[in-house]
Amino acid sequence: MKRIVPIGPYHPLQEEPEFFKLIVEGEKVVDLEINIGYNHRGHEFVAQKLTYDKITFLVERICGICSDSHPYAYVLAVEDLAHVTPPPRAQYIRTIIGELERIHSHYLWVGLAGHFIGYNTVWMWVWRYREPLLDIFELIMGNRNHYAINKIGGARRDILPEHYGKIEKYLDLLEEKNTMFTKAVLDDPVIRARLEGVGILSKEDAVAYGVLGPTARGSGYAIDARKDDPYDAYDKVDWDLIAFDEGDVLAKAKVRLLECFESIKIVRQCLRNMPDGPIETRVDEIPPGEGIGRHEAPRGEVFHYVRSDGSNMPVRHKIRAPSFMNIPSNVVAVRGYSIADAALVLAAVDPCYCCTERTAVFENGKKKLSGNDLLKLSWQKTEGLRRRYRR
Amino acid sequence: MKKEYSQEVLDEIGARFPNASVKIHAPRRTYISVPREDVYEFAKFLFKEKDCRLSIATGIDKRDGMEILYHFSHDPSGTYYSIKTLIPKDDLQIKSLSDFLPAANWIEREIHELLGIDFAGHPNLVPLLTAETWPGDLHPLRRDYADEHKELRLDKTKEDR
Amino acid sequence: MANARLWGLKKSPWVFHVAAASCNNCDIEILDILTPRWDVERFGIVLVGSPRHADALLVTGVLNRKSLPRVLRVYEQTPKPCLVIGVGTCTCDCHIFTPSYNVIGPYDKYMPVDVYIPGCPPKPEAIISGVVKALKRL
Repeated sequence: MKRIVPIGPYHPLQEEPEFFKLIVEGEKVVDLEINIGYNHRGHEFVAQKLTYDKITFLVERICGICSDSHPYAYVLAVEDLAHVTPPPRAQYIRTIIGELERIHSHYLWVGLAGHFIGYNTVWMWVWRYREPLLDIFELIMGNRNHYAINKIGGARRDILPEHYGKIEKYLDLLEEKNTMFTKAVLDDPVIRARLEGVGILSKEDAVAYGVLGPTARGSGYAIDARKDDPYDAYDKVDWDLIAFDEGDVLAKAKVRLLECFESIKIVRQCLRNMPDGPIETRVDEIPPGEGIGRHEAPRGEVFHYVRSDGSNMPVRHKIRAPSFMNIPSNVVAVRGYSIADAALVLAAVDPCYCCTERTAVFENGKKKLSGNDLLKLSWQKTEGLRRRYRR
Repeated sequence: MKKEYSQEVLDEIGARFPNASVKIHAPRRTYISVPREDVYEFAKFLFKEKDCRLSIATGIDKRDGMEILYHFSHDPSGTYYSIKTLIPKDDLQIKSLSDFLPAANWIEREIHELLGIDFAGHPNLVPLLTAETWPGDLHPLRRDYADEHKELRLDKTKEDR
Repeated sequence: MANARLWGLKKSPWVFHVAAASCNNCDIEILDILTPRWDVERFGIVLVGSPRHADALLVTGVLNRKSLPRVLRVYEQTPKPCLVIGVGTCTCDCHIFTPSYNVIGPYDKYMPVDVYIPGCPPKPEAIISGVVKALKRL
């Protein structure tokens, strides 16, 4: 019996009109049209009707994968507005959870990238090693995702000393497996051939489009909110910024895998140096004013701006996710490459709502291929390369 | 040592843009109010001469006009320079930054559809987020937007562009 | 003939995943149940690439205006009888998104939903349990 392979990480709404319209001539992509809005739920509008503490739960649900990032940037914005500093223990707790989330999100991407190039084993293995991390989240905070650790003025829950051992044990396992995945990606000639030199985003384009996160750091644009505008415990621990100059999908993959090592370093140091004390500074009133908070999410800088008039609801809450800046850069990154590489290039920015299966290919105004076909083309290319390297 | 932006930059701003008024809220949070006509040149100055990155722009509907804040990040020092400007409600337009800043393209489209501000010179000011069935003259982030619109007649069969 | 079809559906439901304005958390949990820890493929539950091959629809998210026509088209293309399983609290009731101008859900305003699996997100065990309950109703 013919088995149909699952496609579609997030939105398998594959009927037209498409989310990404690839316009081609022959085998080469010449242009890209992007159509978004399928996820637009009006968070900024709803936020104007909620009190400050409820908004923390609202913004968590902007994205499920980086569900710690948005509340983190939001509470930093309100703390900037109100000139509040959380106690040291809370800062370390928030940093630890922020970094653990980075690991889970990067692993999610590596798994999906593996799926796109046809290495389903990579997908299964990498996601398997995500699971103990989600168990740790559930242990500390009560939920695998949408864990709500951030609170204006501190953290909602404490990481108890009996949990440290479990986290350390997981980090040991992770370090070993991460070494294996990094080697697998860098040493395999087929994976290298698929990712190297594909989807190059030059540094000039990266700067012009204002891209963020691994998309920027893979193009030599070494920006990172944790280093540039340090907050909480990020400047109290020792870690390196990972950046490469090539700008291709391989560079972005390397940034993500090597960043996991840095995250492990940060969490280990935070656990070792965790200060005692309270986990929140009580905030009773938000004075009139404005505040900006930013956090380096796995995909890039998350930006929140809050304006207050002294009441218990914000006058304006502006939210900007990193994918908003990264996705338009696909227009230049995908041009000139083959259709088989298109799915990979579009996924390389790690969009927070990956719709590469809602991608379709148009030639002379007529639809040629659907998202499903693109995935198959990508797998065929990998198979061809595998045969070549086997000889 | 972090490269800090300091008084000399603010002095340069004061000399080049005499109508700008600077407010320092926190060590890395500076807000600069400028009149509408100076925004384009100021943004160009920050982007081209001071290595700042346009992070996003916020639009706010106020009683005395619509305010736009352009948030520029100077990454070497970690400072956010937010350019604030007030636009009168009877003349809701401002010059677009997209001719020298591709990053402004989607940012201005979003403000246009949610608040109704026109960005003169923008190549493609069509709605970005809302559906085709959403009326083009209905701007949800305006203060006079009424919730009755929630039950807008839904044309289930009409396809999007 | 109808009985044979239902029997096939019960034994090995082919599932198509529809996400309309979701935060992707439920979607990731749905993909998670394919991974080695839960591995629903050993029960015969397979995620398919087209609604025309599906016996059941796993829907997530609050519906928004832009995604509604697409979701309805997917529902029309799915051969009947089909199960519609709503995964996540968003499909039961729009909860925090109710005041939004762009949110017009939940799904049961536009199509019959057979099973609701609440949770934000529901744990993979809950999703599997919900799918099994839906199958038992046949």
